[in-house]
Amino acid sequence: MLLALIFSPLLALLGVVFAPRKSQVKHIALAGMLLPLAIVSYLLLNYSSWSGTTASSGRATELAVSLNWFPDIGLKLVLDLNSGVSVALVALTALLGPLCVIGSHTAITTRVRTYYGWLLVLQSAMLGVFCARDVILFYIFFEFTLVPMFVLISLYGSTNRKAAAIKFFLYTFTGSVIALAGLVYVAFVNAKGTGEWTFALDTLTQASQRLPAGTQAWIFAALLLGFAVKVPLFPLHTWLPLAHTEAPTAGSVILAGVLLKLGTYGILVVAIPFAPLAAIAFAPWLAVLSICGILIAGLICWTQTDIKKLVAYSSVAHLGFCMLGMFAMNVAGVQGSVLYMINHGLSTGALFFCIGMMYERYHTRSLKEVGGLAAKMPIWACFMVFFAMASVGLPGLNGFISEFLCVMGAFQAGDLWAAQGLPGGTAGNLGPYFAAVAGTGMIIAAIYTLYMVGAICFGPLKEPAGHADHGHGSAHGGGHGSHAGDDHGSLPTDLSAREIGVLLPLAALCLFLGLRPAPLMNLVDPAVKDTVAIVEKARTQAKATAAAADDNTSALTAR
Amino acid sequence: MIEKIFTLWPEITLFVFTCVVMILGLSRSLSVRRLCAPLSAAALAIAGVLALTTTPDAKGALPHLPLFVKVLTCAVGLVLLLQLAGTADRGYETRVARGEAFDPLRSTRAEFYAFFLFSLTGLMLCGNASDLIWLFLALELTSLPTYVMVAISADRNSAKEAAVKYFFLGALGAATFLYGFALIYGGTGTTDLQGIHAALSQQMATGGINSIAMAGLVLSVIGIAFKIAAVPMHFYTPDVYQGSSSGVASMLAFVPKTAGFVALILVLATVGWVSTSPATHGQLPEPLHSLLWIMAALTMTVGNVLAVMQNSIKRMLGYSSVAHSGYMLVALLAGPGPEGASLTRNGLSAVLFYLIVYAVANLGCFAVLGCLEKTSSDGKSEEIDHIDDIRGLISTRPLLAWVMAVCSLSLLGLPPLLGFMGKLPIFSTGLAAGEIVLVVILGLNSAIAAYYYIRIAKNAILEQSPVRPAGEEIRDAAVPARQFAGIIAGLGTVVLAIIPISSLAIDGGTFRHSRSGVTNSPAQTLPAPVGSAEPATADAPTGPVADATVPPTIAR
Repeated sequence: MLLALIFSPLLALLGVVFAPRKSQVKHIALAGMLLPLAIVSYLLLNYSSWSGTTASSGRATELAVSLNWFPDIGLKLVLDLNSGVSVALVALTALLGPLCVIGSHTAITTRVRTYYGWLLVLQSAMLGVFCARDVILFYIFFEFTLVPMFVLISLYGSTNRKAAAIKFFLYTFTGSVIALAGLVYVAFVNAKGTGEWTFALDTLTQASQRLPAGTQAWIFAALLLGFAVKVPLFPLHTWLPLAHTEAPTAGSVILAGVLLKLGTYGILVVAIPFAPLAAIAFAPWLAVLSICGILIAGLICWTQTDIKKLVAYSSVAHLGFCMLGMFAMNVAGVQGSVLYMINHGLSTGALFFCIGMMYERYHTRSLKEVGGLAAKMPIWACFMVFFAMASVGLPGLNGFISEFLCVMGAFQAGDLWAAQGLPGGTAGNLGPYFAAVAGTGMIIAAIYTLYMVGAICFGPLKEPAGHADHGHGSAHGGGHGSHAGDDHGSLPTDLSAREIGVLLPLAALCLFLGLRPAPLMNLVDPAVKDTVAIVEKARTQAKATAAAADDNTSALTAR
Repeated sequence: MIEKIFTLWPEITLFVFTCVVMILGLSRSLSVRRLCAPLSAAALAIAGVLALTTTPDAKGALPHLPLFVKVLTCAVGLVLLLQLAGTADRGYETRVARGEAFDPLRSTRAEFYAFFLFSLTGLMLCGNASDLIWLFLALELTSLPTYVMVAISADRNSAKEAAVKYFFLGALGAATFLYGFALIYGGTGTTDLQGIHAALSQQMATGGINSIAMAGLVLSVIGIAFKIAAVPMHFYTPDVYQGSSSGVASMLAFVPKTAGFVALILVLATVGWVSTSPATHGQLPEPLHSLLWIMAALTMTVGNVLAVMQNSIKRMLGYSSVAHSGYMLVALLAGPGPEGASLTRNGLSAVLFYLIVYAVANLGCFAVLGCLEKTSSDGKSEEIDHIDDIRGLISTRPLLAWVMAVCSLSLLGLPPLLGFMGKLPIFSTGLAAGEIVLVVILGLNSAIAAYYYIRIAKNAILEQSPVRPAGEEIRDAAVPARQFAGIIAGLGTVVLAIIPISSLAIDGGTFRHSRSGVTNSPAQTLPAPVGSAEPATADAPTGPVADATVPPTIAR
């Protein structure tokens, strides 16, 4: 089942390559994207966790696949979906895939086969990352997502696309090679202990947790370097605005929706469980970096006039919240963080779709050139406002609950609570101050988002010079469709049914998850609790060693 | 001595065929001359089969190394042959076809194939070496023919310049390691590798290796560095690669490099990677360890940084060849690891496996260059070389473009291609040996390398063809065999990553630990051949070698 899930896009790839007519390509690609979606839907409907039981109650283990790949280096093809976090992210990926195909129908008119082919490869690799239960397999999929994304940006992006693609590739590749060294080191330590060379995630997790804090710190640093670039954590974020701005719409959607989550997923599933002691020690510093990201990226957003860049920087800020919640390392924080991954994928993905649709009509993204589009494109403006609100965290929409949980997690994770004898606190090195500063980030987010929406949707209508001459009102009316340079001639003024079809499922999910996040929370709950339990265990262990050390010193001084 | 002859059937066969090829190439009849290439292929195929069936000489520290070297040589040699086809004598043969009388003195075809086979024979003999003199002769037999091949590979002055440069620097390298060998002889009193090992173990047990022998070892390593194109003996690489035709360049990247690494393994094995307990990795004695450490770090970095600045693909691949030697030096430094270590712990196996990985991908890149010719406005046609020449290849020759892209990405080590499978053991053996800083340098270097490999791949499959100046065009070279070689290599980087082929390399790197004089119980120290079905396992050594009783003291 999982093999079918991951490799069905590749099957469609054959169809895309050998399709007799170019016009068939997009339909084949769509089929290839819908297959995983169907499989995921089937799995979700049968997933026992929906009813609140734990993920380990049997259903998911039937899925496990384990094949030998390259035994001499211990590489195995081990796939499983036994964690709710993976299930949720697989579902997100499977949902965004077909939408990207539908959303690209009019935007991509040249080298169609290459485009949809690489999109399918990308989908396959992304699904693989979340299913892999062997760290090298994970790494292979993780790394392989670079190639399709590189191609999508450098072939189908806008003017500065080549530099953006190279920067994107080099940043991520550098980080992940260091992460590979960390993974291999853990495998070596495990092999030295047990005599068996393996890269199995569970085995290595347990082996790595037993290491002393000093070693864990290095492992954590290596892994974090790889994953933090992808997230991106401030100050490693500089590739992201460029890549986002230059990427084609579907590329931006996938980049924001899924690829950034590879980083947070890696930290949650690999980095923290591998080195919980180091994670505890580094948490405050990483939280500070996350908050820096939230505030600085937020302030940068405020001054942007390129709307796509604005949303890109807002991703940096949002992922800052996600990381803050994760490094609170209590149930509320981590749960918020996981929810944030899904919600950010939905709302920011949708925002990029919206911007792409606007761009297809006006060929500009500058807030100086367009504005007040609500007058001309009311349906589009509705969606734009809706997703902006979802992204800023309006209560009732999906962004709110996750942002709230992340900040609450940080708020609770401090020793202040226990010291004051207050209920509700958890152990941790963050605390109300962290939450308070991060909270100001929410205000900044509200400012720049509202400013953006205000400028682009409301106010006096502004259109780029020259556009009004053969505006859409007439372009789709008569024979202007074939007007030279007017390659968007078939687009109506406002959204077409196809475009609404792309945005509507996302909007519905945003609303549903905002009103009733319980199913998603139940789904990820066991996995979150497992991670938190690992951290708690390490914390007590660290306290015990510290106490023992204290006893020793006090015994010495007493003597 | 006579029993050693019986282990050399593949080499002898190859040699006999070489002589025949040399004579056939001088024939007046074109159809007879044309037999050179097929006959060379037949020779390699027969030698390969013989290599698999002959009982190798299993007395050395690495009992399965000869088998590995021979099989690899024959297999890669066949693909190289496809790539070398049509390199020599093309201009001359067209003139002969137009009616010029055939003059054997001016034909180079026979020499070309014969020297190619000689060089491969030398490589095979390297693996068999049990004596320093043998090793020296084998290394020179590998190298000397290549000097000539560079000179006659292309009809232009740069080829001759490259050959002269290569020859003089090669002579310098050879002199250096010969001097080293002489000093080793001076320091140990024997040229027999096993004898040297016994003597060195004795010295290590009693106060350290004597300084003459150590100087000899250091000089040998530096001299052999020329063969593998490692810093500080790398200077010739880009010029020679650029000067020679692509087939010869890809041969240079494989044959001398493999010979060099085999020689390094054999020479370093006489000192041994000394470990304090059977479970841990050993280390080379100090001056050698530092030397190789610095060499590895510099080789990787210099190679990659300079490759970034190149616009000529051949120069780029030349520097990348330097960089790849650096990667392999990391694994070599790590040594064979504990008893019965597999690919992930045994650095020698990792080196041997990486040689395959590198050979396949590198062959593919050079084959693509060999397939295409650029005709400039003055009517001269030359092999393509500039990075812009492959721009937009996808629209005219999609297959070649994909071969280029896949092979360069495999050189980069991008998963899931073969290059990644090769790099992973280097990472793991380096880490297992505790060389964490070196592995981090290796990681950063991979990132630097990404820049130029991506550039090649991108130009081949993503860009549009540029508008070329009038009269300039890119045409197919009329040698279909090269395309075939490229396709084989391209497929290899993908298929070999799915079908594990590393067992030969693991066997090849199996190190007989009893010789390092570490463990006290000889019974445990017999080599445990890993999954080998070769006849060699039947008559594996039956007792402890003379020096196995040397006490486990380490003089460091």
